[in-house]
Amino acid sequence: MGKQPTRMNVNGKSYARVVDARLTLADFLRHEINLTGTHLGCEHGVCGACTVLVDGRSTRSCLMFAVQANGCEVTTVEGLASGGKLSVLQQAFIDNHGLQCGFCTPGMLMTLTELLRENPQPSEQEVREALTGNLCRCTGYAGIVAAVLDAAARLRSADGKKETR
Amino acid sequence: MGAKHFGARVTRIEDPALLAGRGRFVDDIKLPGVLSACFVRSPHAHAKIRGCDSRAALVIPGVHAVITAEDLPEPMRSQSLPMLLPNPALGTVPRQFVLAREEVSYVGQPVAVVVADTRYIAEDAAAALIVQYDVLPAVSDCRGAAEQGAVRVHSDIESNVASTFRLAYGDADGAFAAAAHVFIEGLWQHRGGGMALETRAVLANHDPASDALTVWSGTQTPHIGRRVLADLLGRDLQSIRLIAPDVGGGFGPKAVFYPEEAAIPAVALKLGRPVKWIEDRREHFLSATQERDQYWEVAIAVDSQGKILGLRGRMLHDTGAFVPWGIVMPYIAASTVPGPYVVPAYQLDTSVVLTNKVPTTPVRGAGRPQAVFAMERLLDRVAHELTIDRAEVRRRNLIQPEQMPYEVGLLFRDGKPLIYDSGDYPRGQQEAVALADYETFRARQKAALEQGRLIGIGIANYVEGTGLGPFEGVTVRVLPSGKVAVATGATSQGQGTRTMLSQIVADQVGCGIDDIVTTTGDTAAISQGVGSFASRQAVNAGSSALVAGQAVRKQLVALAARTLSVVESDIELENAQAISRRGNKPSVSFADLARLAQGIPGVSLPAGQAAGIEHTTYYTPAQASYCSGTHIVEVQVDAMTGGVKILKYSVAHDAGRIINPLIVEGQVQGGVAHGIGNALLEWMQYDANAQPLTTSFADYMLPMATDVPTCSIAHVETVNPLNPIGVKGAGEGGTIPAPAAIISAIEDALSPFDVHFAEMPLTPERIVAALRAAGAYERLFAA
Repeated sequence: MGKQPTRMNVNGKSYARVVDARLTLADFLRHEINLTGTHLGCEHGVCGACTVLVDGRSTRSCLMFAVQANGCEVTTVEGLASGGKLSVLQQAFIDNHGLQCGFCTPGMLMTLTELLRENPQPSEQEVREALTGNLCRCTGYAGIVAAVLDAAARLRSADGKKETR
Repeated sequence: MGAKHFGARVTRIEDPALLAGRGRFVDDIKLPGVLSACFVRSPHAHAKIRGCDSRAALVIPGVHAVITAEDLPEPMRSQSLPMLLPNPALGTVPRQFVLAREEVSYVGQPVAVVVADTRYIAEDAAAALIVQYDVLPAVSDCRGAAEQGAVRVHSDIESNVASTFRLAYGDADGAFAAAAHVFIEGLWQHRGGGMALETRAVLANHDPASDALTVWSGTQTPHIGRRVLADLLGRDLQSIRLIAPDVGGGFGPKAVFYPEEAAIPAVALKLGRPVKWIEDRREHFLSATQERDQYWEVAIAVDSQGKILGLRGRMLHDTGAFVPWGIVMPYIAASTVPGPYVVPAYQLDTSVVLTNKVPTTPVRGAGRPQAVFAMERLLDRVAHELTIDRAEVRRRNLIQPEQMPYEVGLLFRDGKPLIYDSGDYPRGQQEAVALADYETFRARQKAALEQGRLIGIGIANYVEGTGLGPFEGVTVRVLPSGKVAVATGATSQGQGTRTMLSQIVADQVGCGIDDIVTTTGDTAAISQGVGSFASRQAVNAGSSALVAGQAVRKQLVALAARTLSVVESDIELENAQAISRRGNKPSVSFADLARLAQGIPGVSLPAGQAAGIEHTTYYTPAQASYCSGTHIVEVQVDAMTGGVKILKYSVAHDAGRIINPLIVEGQVQGGVAHGIGNALLEWMQYDANAQPLTTSFADYMLPMATDVPTCSIAHVETVNPLNPIGVKGAGEGGTIPAPAAIISAIEDALSPFDVHFAEMPLTPERIVAALRAAGAYERLFAA
């Protein structure tokens, strides 16, 4: 099996490994560098549980080889909190009961982090459409949608405060 | 002590770790030296195994072993998986071995297990294993399987009929003879899956120094699993610890003990290395249990006003190749039909039939969605034929609150008479009618039709038997740290069980939620346990938490009174402290009390002081509880594409007293989503040779965020008199009536074309076919 050197920056930390060319990015994250927050629900690119940000874009880490991420900036769910404090979106998930078993949640958070970055004021329909690439079997999505709308409002209000200062 | 937490919208203690990516699911657990396993599964629905050639697999670098049935240790090699729910109505039960020995009887049945350094290598080796089969004819459709001379599902079992039974009361034939109207329906309901986002997973490690075998499994029933595993390995129960860590959804199929849960520990023991198996999604489609395939022929007898006089019929249940949960689902289905209605006479004959498909076991709802579908489709038919409003025909037949407790006349699956102890079904329906703005719907429908939009409304009621025994336990223990430990045999796959129990205990003991440390799903934490199914954990474990919490409270108060030299009635417990109301309000912390209760080495404890501050209770319900509810759904149907959009979904439900509305609403909403999948999308398809056709999420569709609206939910709380906390269970009610209500709404939306639906899922293709058959397109294009 062909081994390839690969180097990537994950959550601000640089990792260099020599890996099998066929190793997926998801398995690299989970088993090579032990970031097990990224989950695998289908391994065929539908459920979205494995979603991470690669150079800022939401990406199925089950459909990408680790070597394809060579030289990339990768953000996983472990990179969302800062200094032990959950992000506004993560906190909104708690407050709005946006998760039950928590297995799909990391992928949801990554997709939605991208959404809120690109669209700070999404409508409910826009949130739902953004979520169509992420399956949740537990919640029926209501808490997740509410969490995103809540987080967006909180983030806008925080930005507003910054601007007036 | 007031109830500060019980009933409050407490955010979940489970959440922070899961949100930060610090959950610990089976595949997140790293053991040094762990090997990966891959199962080799039957590609045939029915075949004789001729032989297995593992030479090519074994030469692949990194491969450690190929294990077939012959390589398993005794007694596992010759002992089949146990049938955990015996029933006298079951005939000759086919026996499934951990690894198939001579014959395979469904696609996906485990035949061998390959163990290698990595999962990648294990999969390579599995592909290199050559298993030779003599293919046998297979049974795919349960309808033909029951007939004389049908192809056999198992070569050594003459009849494919695993069980037949009749549930009946009253004089059904008399009721039909005297009825003003009789309507007959033939119904079909699909086979689907639980489809938890986390697939099944098993990790096993044997420590030779202590001879302890530790198994992590994504299971709903760790204590039961340990018992079965101990039997299959011939080991003492105490030498096995089974842990269900974070589990990514359950929905029923993870309540089963699977062959893989036996094989992986056996292989770990044999190789002297930890071994892990993580199911992939395709395997999950092939080998995790499924549910819902049933065919019904039912008739309803009513008087001229639409009052039910009797109900009778036949039901055929496809149980798949084995019966790991006996006849639980068809039995529940058969006993759920009368539901919230006064049905004076009832007779249902059920046949449980084997097919060469993966076995069926309960999936969220467990037989009840099918029963509710049957009853509600019949009532819609009555409403249609007699031109009575759909809600009105139901209202006329509902059991009235003053009729409680109401004895249906059947035995439920717990062997006890089916008696509804409490509930107000008319109020429940009325609340749903109000939420849904039902009374103005016909005007809205007319206005929509004028704009060329087809909208419809559907309604369905249910009663769900919940809270089944035998028991669930809780230990409450005050720790020397001052924290309060809560351990239970109840398990969580996302239901918020830890938060729910913490709320109950915190109120009783007098501490904050943050002072509680919970352990669920670990056989080392409590000696007896059952697990999650049948919406049973709040009833069983919740009641135990209350009783154990009260007992610990008594112990804390007594010891604090002695320590502070005051009378017990002066002691208040708050913030993990015992405080005297008198004098200068001296206090003592739970930490100090826990230490005092542990005594001093060599010194006798004071009279009346037990060792430690702790109590264990195993609450055992006297019978099932019964929750209820009404769903009303409004849909818009695109006649050209068959696309269905749910416009509004309203739920009124009675889960008894509600411990945490946040969690219960999440259960209802999630349950509805599952029901929407069952009604419109999810369909596990097989071809005529019982080959599965839908083995990815591209073929088998789960509801997406755009498919599931946010429900309006009304809690109709009637206290359950059967348990000390008054709860009834909330895990499955969201799913049970959903398909009935949705399909009713679709039919209503298409009423201009007079189409009738008697099946689920109702896919766009079926809707278009029905419209075409009804001549709808000629009319639409002519318009």
